[in-house]
Amino acid sequence: MDEFTPRTVLILAGGISHERDVSLRSGRRIADSLRAQGISVELRDPDATLFAYLEASQPDVVWPALHGAGGEDGSLRGLLDFVNVPFVGSRAAASRLAWDKPTAKALVDRAGVTTPRAIALSRDTFRDLGAVNVLDRISAELSGPVVVKPAQGGSAQGVTIVDDPEDLASAMVHAYRYWDVALVEQKIVGTEISVCVIDTGDGPVALAPVEIEPISGFYSFEARYNAGETRFYTPARVSDEVAARASEMAIAAHSTLGLRHISRVDIMVDGAGTPFFLEASVMPGLTETSLFPRALEVAGHDVGWAYLALCQAAVRESRA
Amino acid sequence: MAPHESTSGGSSTRFDPWYDHYAHRTAGLSASEVRALFAVASRPEVVSLAGGMPYVSALPPELVTSSLERVMRDSGPTALQYGSGQGTPELRERILEIMALEGIRGSVDDVVVTTGSQQALDLVTKLFIDPGDVILAEAPSYVGAIGVFRSYQAEVAHVLMDEDGLIPQALREAIERLKAAGKRIKFLYTIPTFHNPAGVTLTWERRLEILEICRANDILVLEDNPYGLLYFDTPPPHAMRSIEEDGVIYLGSFSKTFAPGFRVGWALAPHAIREKLILANESATLCPSSFSQFAITEYLATSDWKGQIDAFRGVYRSRRDAMLSSLQEHLPEMEWTVPNGGFYVWLQLPPTLDSKEMLPRAVKELVAYTPGTAFYADGGGRNMMRLSFCYPNEETIRTGIRRLTSVINGELELLNTFASSGPVVTGQIPVISPAHVTSPPPNTN
Repeated sequence: MDEFTPRTVLILAGGISHERDVSLRSGRRIADSLRAQGISVELRDPDATLFAYLEASQPDVVWPALHGAGGEDGSLRGLLDFVNVPFVGSRAAASRLAWDKPTAKALVDRAGVTTPRAIALSRDTFRDLGAVNVLDRISAELSGPVVVKPAQGGSAQGVTIVDDPEDLASAMVHAYRYWDVALVEQKIVGTEISVCVIDTGDGPVALAPVEIEPISGFYSFEARYNAGETRFYTPARVSDEVAARASEMAIAAHSTLGLRHISRVDIMVDGAGTPFFLEASVMPGLTETSLFPRALEVAGHDVGWAYLALCQAAVRESRA
Repeated sequence: MAPHESTSGGSSTRFDPWYDHYAHRTAGLSASEVRALFAVASRPEVVSLAGGMPYVSALPPELVTSSLERVMRDSGPTALQYGSGQGTPELRERILEIMALEGIRGSVDDVVVTTGSQQALDLVTKLFIDPGDVILAEAPSYVGAIGVFRSYQAEVAHVLMDEDGLIPQALREAIERLKAAGKRIKFLYTIPTFHNPAGVTLTWERRLEILEICRANDILVLEDNPYGLLYFDTPPPHAMRSIEEDGVIYLGSFSKTFAPGFRVGWALAPHAIREKLILANESATLCPSSFSQFAITEYLATSDWKGQIDAFRGVYRSRRDAMLSSLQEHLPEMEWTVPNGGFYVWLQLPPTLDSKEMLPRAVKELVAYTPGTAFYADGGGRNMMRLSFCYPNEETIRTGIRRLTSVINGELELLNTFASSGPVVTGQIPVISPAHVTSPPPNTN
């Protein structure tokens, strides 16, 4: 405990997004961990009363544990900055860059990070140019299996792995139900890993890569949030060299996107051992089946201690 | 499996060390994305036409508080104690009075009070079903019943219905087909009055005919009737249990006519079955809540409960009218049922639409409904949805239908964009039986 240790932490969880349920789970877990550290924690679903509440209660730190739009797109974080409330996690601009997958891919690609070939398309493109024409062009350019995902969103919602070009239209429709822009990305066949990055004030540190092996073969929403549906290996069963390259990639992505405190970078390692950046999450899941707390535990950190250190970092930076 | 196994590189986990230990019957018990999407329905900005929550705010709080005070004052120690596995005799007497309103005569000895009628449903299924046994149920059927039936590994065989309820000829054919396949049919589960989710009511003539069919084929009837007293225009036909005693188990509930928070329902069963139900009830919960039973008995004894049911009818009638007129205004080309009671309208969408797939769009539009597939054990109902009018007020219902219209139009527009790419966009398009299609409503304005 030091002068930057918050007495009160407000966790914002829930919100209105497709990932509300995941956010509520994450928020409760953070609250439990911080309370175990002796911190007074309030858990709140953000609504029209939020700013009046902030003014009245003046928490030392806010932790926006909101997944999905509103929480990760930077909007709420920008407002927290406006009202000078210290908060855990990336600032608005960086959140916005990471939240939009095509933007994040373009930025890390420019910084020399390998990422699968992809194209982002609005639904209007299909309407204006003719769906068949566009689908044919995609299939011609991205041969082999592809992954179709909403350009914004998380928890694998709206994501489809397309092995047969005949199924591409259906996958596009599925993605557009979540967001008006979809990303079609070359599927990398290999080992799926995530690298969690934590920065409590001394610079970003990559935790050991976690390998994800869903029983169904696809790390779907169900595979993420039903305990037992996925096996996680920590550290990942890859060579030390590949693990080091993946960790470097995560730090590079975290830094390039300007992320702060906490992030999770999802990576595919192909058969030749080359890691490919898929996406970065500014508010990784912190539920009972999430990777981040698991990676912390395996690294020998107490989860509550680590979360408290993040809160302390937020306070310290606000006073700098 | 240990929680954290060692591997050559470190450790592995599945976050559930008991994953391989669960019983086979739990296979369907998992968190799904659809379930997670429903989480937004609890936000006040979202119009939920999904849940079947009674509008308990129409119940004057003083009626409840005065009952609770009297219970504590006059019977506190008994009300707070364990009780009989069959329920208190006083409440069972009152239940007979309630059932008499729907033509049912029974003995107080044959009533078993349960923790909501949902528990009665579970107990009856536990008593009769071995894995692979067949339960006949309407198409569609109550989602909560399908969940119970699955948990006992029953095979649910849906039987077609139309605007007059279950179709007797379809029932005959289903029984014939199942018997020819060597299946063992244990009972027919039916909600004959103000069906959940379809909203329709089985005619008196069909009640007679269906009971006759079941009698001839040695099939027990499980009649679930939580909504029967909540009619809007004219009283529905008397309960099937009023016609047949030995072949019908009747399930009733206080959840819709009083309040679901008390969790009190009941079963009226033939003597032999009743004995087993009591034992099963004791095994499951020892006894239903004494306090809730005392509170409801007091409420029934000292308040104008029939007048209160009248008040509920008025609220729900007005909300039904709001929903029907709003559907007529915004979605005149669709088809839906016109309920004369209960909580639900069953909406049929164009065959290319899949109501479950549309849910993410509905979340964005701040409206929630229950996809039709929830009410089928066999994957049917893709282009159907259940709309509940019980909880939101008239203005909110109208807002909800406007938003739903936007969801439907948005989905149609998206599918049209990809229509030229072939019939792949919604996966398999189900064959919709005409029996699922109800008549367009009359002008309901």
